[in-house]
Amino acid sequence: MVSALMDKQTGKQAGESESKRNKESILEVNNLEIFYGEKRAVNGISMDIGKNSITALIGPSGCGKSTFLRSINRMNDLIPGARAEGEIIYEDLNILSEQINVVALRKEIGMVFQKPNPFPKSIYENITHALKFAGMKKKSKLDEIVEESLKKAALWEEVKDRLHKSALSLSGGQQQRLCIARTIAMKPTVMLLDEPSSALDPISNAKVEELIIDLKKDYSIIIVTHNMQQASRISDKTAFFLSGDLIEYEATEKIFTNPSVKKTEEYISGRFG
Amino acid sequence: MKSKTADRLATGVFIAIAIIIISILVGLFSYILVNGLKHISWEFLTTPSSNIRAGGGIRDQLFNSFYILLITMIIAVPLGIGGGIYMAEYAKPGKVTDIIRSCIEVLASLPSIVIGMFGLLMFVNITGWGYTILGGALALTVFNLPVIVRVSEDSIRSVPRDLKEASLALGITHWHTIKTVLLPSAFPSILTGIILAAGRVFGEAAALLFTAGLSTPRLDYGNWNPFSAQSPLNIFRPAETLAVHIWSVNTQGLIPDVEEVSNGSAAVLVISVLLFNLLARWIGRLIHKKITATK
Ligand SMILES: Nc1ncnc2c1ncn2[C@@H]1O[C@H](COP(=O)(O)OP(=O)(O)OP(=O)(O)O)[C@@H](O)[C@H]1O
Ligand SMILES: [Mg+2]
Repeated sequence: MVSALMDKQTGKQAGESESKRNKESILEVNNLEIFYGEKRAVNGISMDIGKNSITALIGPSGCGKSTFLRSINRMNDLIPGARAEGEIIYEDLNILSEQINVVALRKEIGMVFQKPNPFPKSIYENITHALKFAGMKKKSKLDEIVEESLKKAALWEEVKDRLHKSALSLSGGQQQRLCIARTIAMKPTVMLLDEPSSALDPISNAKVEELIIDLKKDYSIIIVTHNMQQASRISDKTAFFLSGDLIEYEATEKIFTNPSVKKTEEYISGRFG
Repeated sequence: MKSKTADRLATGVFIAIAIIIISILVGLFSYILVNGLKHISWEFLTTPSSNIRAGGGIRDQLFNSFYILLITMIIAVPLGIGGGIYMAEYAKPGKVTDIIRSCIEVLASLPSIVIGMFGLLMFVNITGWGYTILGGALALTVFNLPVIVRVSEDSIRSVPRDLKEASLALGITHWHTIKTVLLPSAFPSILTGIILAAGRVFGEAAALLFTAGLSTPRLDYGNWNPFSAQSPLNIFRPAETLAVHIWSVNTQGLIPDVEEVSNGSAAVLVISVLLFNLLARWIGRLIHKKITATK
């Protein structure tokens, strides 16, 4: 797995020398700075992301949550002029390194976007699209994974009779669960969710939340949300961002009951943001 | 002025413009069809043209028109879409890309007679081929390529960024994303662009005068060997197309039935373009339905 992420077999010593790394965490962020051109959007943050846990990122609009999230699967590479400094260590490798094979990385670190973005293909093909590319050709195996991931995403019952209909015929909430299903189908280790239920009605939202809690068993999840209730309901740890700084990062319970920084309390209680 | 009145006025103006456009179109079509249809017969379509006697047909010209269109599209479509993909997905924004884009725009606005002269130099004289179908098709490619590149680039760019990100975020390579997500989504508008380009090719005369020539050798439609001089499929033979034929009988025709032949040819040309359009759209819709799984 790890070696697949490296284009060249170099620069591994750094990881090995620190093999006493905390095994509870899946990602270690060290002094991460992200720039858009000259403008700095994330100002040197450091945090450990727990394995098989849900980490919520909260903070007012424009504070750099998406920017941070998108640097973890290198989606910012698509933005001309965007650049990251510091380290994000995943399986003893620095994700930000030039030598990382981003295509392999994105198979392991999946992402679900704020707006549901299914492909204009059938429901079935939405899920098999990436599997086929990854070399899976056998129909029976594909069928199996489609069913399994749709079940995990709590969508199977609703779509099992229309798998070959267009994904665009689904409701917004169903589309978002389909997007989660197609990410699950790739069996990533980390899932990045950028406000995955902000465009959904309360019922779909509840379903997606339930689903995310359920996914914790198998995945490490980082979720951006503007919904304080959501963060407190589902996450284990919460990180509060403000204008590119990581202000406070604690167990969710602590953040919501007894935050140590005044700004956090003000934000959570809705006094600004 | 109250906004309601303004709204009504604007609506009225737009309706008037629409009516003018439609009546010009209808007028043009009915003029061409009324004058031409009565000359079209099975015989007209299936006999070769005559240089001096009345009663000649347009068999070879009709075939040549479609054949040159086919050859041109075989060359221009892959190149054009490839260029569009490059411009939309790979070209880094900057000076070089801007220069390429200006060149494409200049090329797109060159008068076709100029392209004909360029073709005469490049594909007739320098290559030593003489007047050939291939030379004509290459000249028409020069004429069309910029349009297809432009349309492909725009269509690919207008695919929502979400879709591209969705595909890349699943660990799919850029190229595979282009092939399986961007191109299928851009397909309907690329197809429309190609149909427009094909219509232009089909009706083009000036670029072909000096490249594919004004004559057609005696053709044997039973001969399918593309290397034989009598084969209609030979791409190294001169070929007068329908549009060129209309021009030539009108300017230098010796036949007594010039009017009948040119009106008939014009009607055939218009009907062909129309049929071709409808057919291409119908096929395009089928393909689009298949890839998007909509019924
Ligand atoms: N493509 C970009 N180019 C330049 N600046 C950008 C770009 N994307 C984001 N920014 C800037 O970076 C900062 C952080 O943006 P980001 O999208 O990460 O915020 P966010 O916390 O996700 O906000 P929201 O809650 O509204 O989604 C903002 O100031 C924003 O203007
Ligand atoms: Mg955001």
